[in-house]
Amino acid sequence: MSLFLQRMIEGLSNGAMYGVVAVALVIIFKATTLINFAQGGLAMFGAYMANVFAIEQGLPLIVGILLGAAVMAVVASGIERVLVRPFDPANHLPVVLITFGIAYILQAVAAWKFGTEFKSFPSPFPSGPNDHIEIAGARLRYERLGVVLVLMIMVGLVHLILNKTKIGLAFRAVSSNTESAKLVGVKTGRTLNFGWALAAMFGGVAGGLVAHFTQLDSGFMDKILIFSFAAATLGGLDSINGAVIGGLIIGLVESPVQPMVRDYVPGFHFLTSDLALLVAFLLILAVLLVKPAGLFGTTRVERV
Amino acid sequence: MSVLEVQDVRARYGQIEALHGVSLNVEDGEVVVVLGANGAGKTTTLRAICGMVATTGTVNLHGTNIVGTDTADIVRMGVAHVPQGRGTFPELSVVDNLNVGAYVRKDKEISADIDKWFEIFPRLAERRTQLAGSLSGGEQQMLAVARAMMSRPKVLLLDEPSLGLAPLIIDDLFKQFASINAELGTTMLVVEQNANLALGIASRGYVIEAGEIVLSGTAEELRNDDGVRAAYLGV
Ligand SMILES: Nc1ncnc2c1ncn2[C@@H]1O[C@H](COP(=O)(O)OP(=O)(O)OP(=O)(O)O)[C@@H](O)[C@H]1O
Ligand SMILES: [Mg+2]
Repeated sequence: MSLFLQRMIEGLSNGAMYGVVAVALVIIFKATTLINFAQGGLAMFGAYMANVFAIEQGLPLIVGILLGAAVMAVVASGIERVLVRPFDPANHLPVVLITFGIAYILQAVAAWKFGTEFKSFPSPFPSGPNDHIEIAGARLRYERLGVVLVLMIMVGLVHLILNKTKIGLAFRAVSSNTESAKLVGVKTGRTLNFGWALAAMFGGVAGGLVAHFTQLDSGFMDKILIFSFAAATLGGLDSINGAVIGGLIIGLVESPVQPMVRDYVPGFHFLTSDLALLVAFLLILAVLLVKPAGLFGTTRVERV
Repeated sequence: MSVLEVQDVRARYGQIEALHGVSLNVEDGEVVVVLGANGAGKTTTLRAICGMVATTGTVNLHGTNIVGTDTADIVRMGVAHVPQGRGTFPELSVVDNLNVGAYVRKDKEISADIDKWFEIFPRLAERRTQLAGSLSGGEQQMLAVARAMMSRPKVLLLDEPSLGLAPLIIDDLFKQFASINAELGTTMLVVEQNANLALGIASRGYVIEAGEIVLSGTAEELRNDDGVRAAYLGV
């Protein structure tokens, strides 16, 4: 029981990190209906920037992570302006290829600038051996609970921005009907640029949280990106709440569900954690086949 | 001076030229109608004015040529466009559709204006939190008009507002156009196939055929023109 509970909180906190990255994917998808495969690279680079600000320059870690995320927001805004905007938004392939290219460039630059060895990265939350609360014999570590808390704060924040600010209103308008958005005077280019920055900011924060659990290297977000993509697909690619719930579900599938199946269902010994990625891929496939709109995605209701 | 002056405008979709030198003008506070069959180039004319199609020629808005100007900036100059098929934001609530209609405004009277349009279109008020995509066709058309008016435009472009609506709703809508024009002095360019109705609120009109203006005159003249009567009035 206590093991189950412990694995569950682990799964939820992993899921929270997938959720944050999934929200970033959803923000871009809502506005452009394409997947930004550079999201992982942006998050990875953000974590390295956090490392520079916090570990090398000695700023408080939380400030370092936020600064890293802010730097990535600026970088993403530049990428959108220079590399994405010149392309016809209706033609997805070039833009998707560009996001792949950006991901590789970011990895190469990170390896070149920051080295290829794994670096350990601290948690912004208390993470000593005794920093936990004990419930029913299970140790719920603060570093894990903290991640879930950050997810909740970030999701609240994105809802606030999208629903209560003018730029958020413009963003929703562009997402809903780009042509009509122009007709009410919204500058669609600027609005998408804001979306890129906001998404990169999310990714950057996620990077700064994940790095503690995986260690820092130029590819540490790759696996997370796949899980987040699975999360966003499961939740419905255009639903923020769907991305969060999708993330938590994926986290719970990874732990405790997968180890439970492995340990207790006869014939499933092979289901080691190395296969988690495969499970995520299968989940993406299954969702796309069975329910392409995901759990919470919208199929448009539109009368003409 | 004309508020809107279209001179020798050509517009193309890729290789295909859809307007072959269209000229028309709309005076301050006037309602002008453009009649034409399917595919004649009515929608393209309005799109050319708003910078939504590749255009050459001149479109003077208050004397300034706006060909080549960004659509969003043309809107900021006081033009509102209700596109064919309404162009509401289906994933936004009714009230957010109106809010975003006021996107270019900076004054403090936006919510008062929303209340005003809810008074004019009470059916929208009852559905203020409903998503626009779930409204009926008539309700969406009302929303599209209210949304356009939320920017307090000088010039309102209406693309077949009667399309697909029941006769009673159409009558109501055109009464609203007439009163918007009378009370707010909004200049209007209305594209219609329902000539009877449109000529009822217009002072002048043009007939467009295959991308060219083939006839123009006062509403009275057009109503009595044999060609117009046969083609657009069904008599
Ligand atoms: N996006 C487009 N791509 C290519 N050709 C187009 C496009 N839109 C319109 N056209 C062509 O331009 C011409 C004028 O079209 P337009 O939509 O302006 O006609 P319309 O008078 O508004 O017709 P309707 O009454 O059916 O709305 C037509 O021949 C049409 O086929
Ligand atoms: Mg048309």
